[in-house]
Amino acid sequence: MPQADLVMLITVFVLAIYVGMEIISKVPPTLHTPLMSGSNAISGITIIGSLILAGVLESDPQFSHLAKIMAFVAVIFATINVVGGFLVTGRMLKMFKRK
Amino acid sequence: MSMQDITNIVYLIASILFIVDLKMLARPRTAVMGNYLGALGMLLAIVATLASGKWDWTYIILGIAIGSVIGAVTAARVKMTAMPEMVGLFNGFGGGASVLVAGSALIATFAALSRGAVVDASMQMKVATVLSGIIGSVTFFGSYVAFGKLGEFLCVKWKLHTWQKVIKYGFSLAVVVGGVAYGLSLGISLLSVAFVVSALLIGGLLLLKKDRFPGMNQLKIVSAVLSVVLGVMLVLDPSNTPLFWVLVGFAGVLGVVLTISIGGADMPVVIALLNSYSGLAAAATGFVISNTVLIISGSLVGASGVILTNIMCKAMNRSLANVLFGTMGPTSETPDADEVYKTVKAASAEEIAMTLEVAQRVVIVPGYGMAVSQAQHAVRDIANFLEAKGITVEYAIHPVAGRMPGHMNVLLAEADVPYDKLIEMDAINPTMSQVDVAIVVGANDVVNPVARTDPKSPIAGMPIIDVDKARTVVVVKRSLSPGFAGIPNPLFAMPNTLMFFSDGKKAMLELLTALKEA
Repeated sequence: MPQADLVMLITVFVLAIYVGMEIISKVPPTLHTPLMSGSNAISGITIIGSLILAGVLESDPQFSHLAKIMAFVAVIFATINVVGGFLVTGRMLKMFKRK
Repeated sequence: MSMQDITNIVYLIASILFIVDLKMLARPRTAVMGNYLGALGMLLAIVATLASGKWDWTYIILGIAIGSVIGAVTAARVKMTAMPEMVGLFNGFGGGASVLVAGSALIATFAALSRGAVVDASMQMKVATVLSGIIGSVTFFGSYVAFGKLGEFLCVKWKLHTWQKVIKYGFSLAVVVGGVAYGLSLGISLLSVAFVVSALLIGGLLLLKKDRFPGMNQLKIVSAVLSVVLGVMLVLDPSNTPLFWVLVGFAGVLGVVLTISIGGADMPVVIALLNSYSGLAAAATGFVISNTVLIISGSLVGASGVILTNIMCKAMNRSLANVLFGTMGPTSETPDADEVYKTVKAASAEEIAMTLEVAQRVVIVPGYGMAVSQAQHAVRDIANFLEAKGITVEYAIHPVAGRMPGHMNVLLAEADVPYDKLIEMDAINPTMSQVDVAIVVGANDVVNPVARTDPKSPIAGMPIIDVDKARTVVVVKRSLSPGFAGIPNPLFAMPNTLMFFSDGKKAMLELLTALKEA
């Protein structure tokens, strides 16, 4: 990986943190829990990494069983995080009503 | 345009959808739509990833299917009162997935290297793998402890239900057996012994029946230092993959000891913090595989978790370091409970009903006790009854009431209480002296006036809801036992306070009957 790419990735990282701070700083307490479970669902984005690795590792017989099992378990964990996270957030938000 | 470009553009769209999701989650009217957009972003990112290469689909489809069923069933069945455990658990899965991705990426890279392939093992990848391993493992084990403490099966002395025993002993057994099996497969060496030790420590600590033990702070420091040392060793010699697992093991010990001592009232801080960690772990994994959508989403979540953590700390007037390393409890200066409680007046449901009938403005202050006794529906029934008689009823919500940020709001929403009746602490306090009756349901430290009056108290300076300024205060509580801070609450003995000694739900039902009969 050339150096310029690392700098680019760090740039993206730092800017995204700033964006996150900006958009979240004014959340009313009513929405603290949904915000937490919603952002938790987003952190399940690791599913992308697990899919790439599961795809690559499983299709190549030369990789160790350990690596394959790990990638498979990672897919399961990340999917639970994503599916459960979005569904439970939706369930909670449906309960919030005005007068 | 190459396939890679298309994938990256879809990743960009997904990232934007996540940002819009979080922005819309900040307003009640747009939150539902925001959640859909976030889910859409996730779907797009997954489809783009799957479309970008030729895969062996068996494990991918099987993994997604198993994960979806588990995730969907838990999300649909979990009770609203168990929401803190749920959020903790999902955090753990995210952190665990990050560790596994980083670990298998490491193995994949060096397996390819040993076959003579030219692959990239840059400094970036090595450092990111270490970070992902440490943060992810702390998140995974820390979240399990938070889940277990909130589910009341870790660090407790009482008898457990069968399902609790299955999880508690099953998890410890799995960690120990897995640790010993992998240790043996490495042969006898310093690394394998260290790995087994870390697994035994985790498995053993999780069986403790109390949440503090001698040498705990030292163990925090030792495991943190070991994690960093192992991390440096791994960066210097990344082909030594067992090092990664020893690193994960000691980061896991750190995750356990950091969370195990956290008491109930500090839980909102820890849940928010673990949320932040799960995001940072995903971002670190993004650096491992040079993937922008992971980095962007991970840092968004990391930032939001940090902000929530800060809000929670401010609401307790404590620093994060004090929550993680400090102790909370009575000091030698704490007044004696018997002395404080000399003038406590107990009241019956009938007496309280009579006071409520002549009130014009009533404020309900819920705390964790309402969640434990599942009293939210009964509380709503009382509020509805009073409102039908023309009495104004509002709810005053302390930011750290309950066991996670916004816990009370979720419970009352479940009971169909409109969210615009839930008033924030800062908004309601200036009007507290115009309140006729304040009903405190299962809250203690967050309404303790000592926070305002006694600078030597452990909760000195913590913002509280000033119920003591109301004309009459009704406190629903099972006994005079102290709250999390371990100090007596002079509110209970004030001349304008009526104590209603009962379980929250039972008290509310009795009160409702009394109101109807009056």
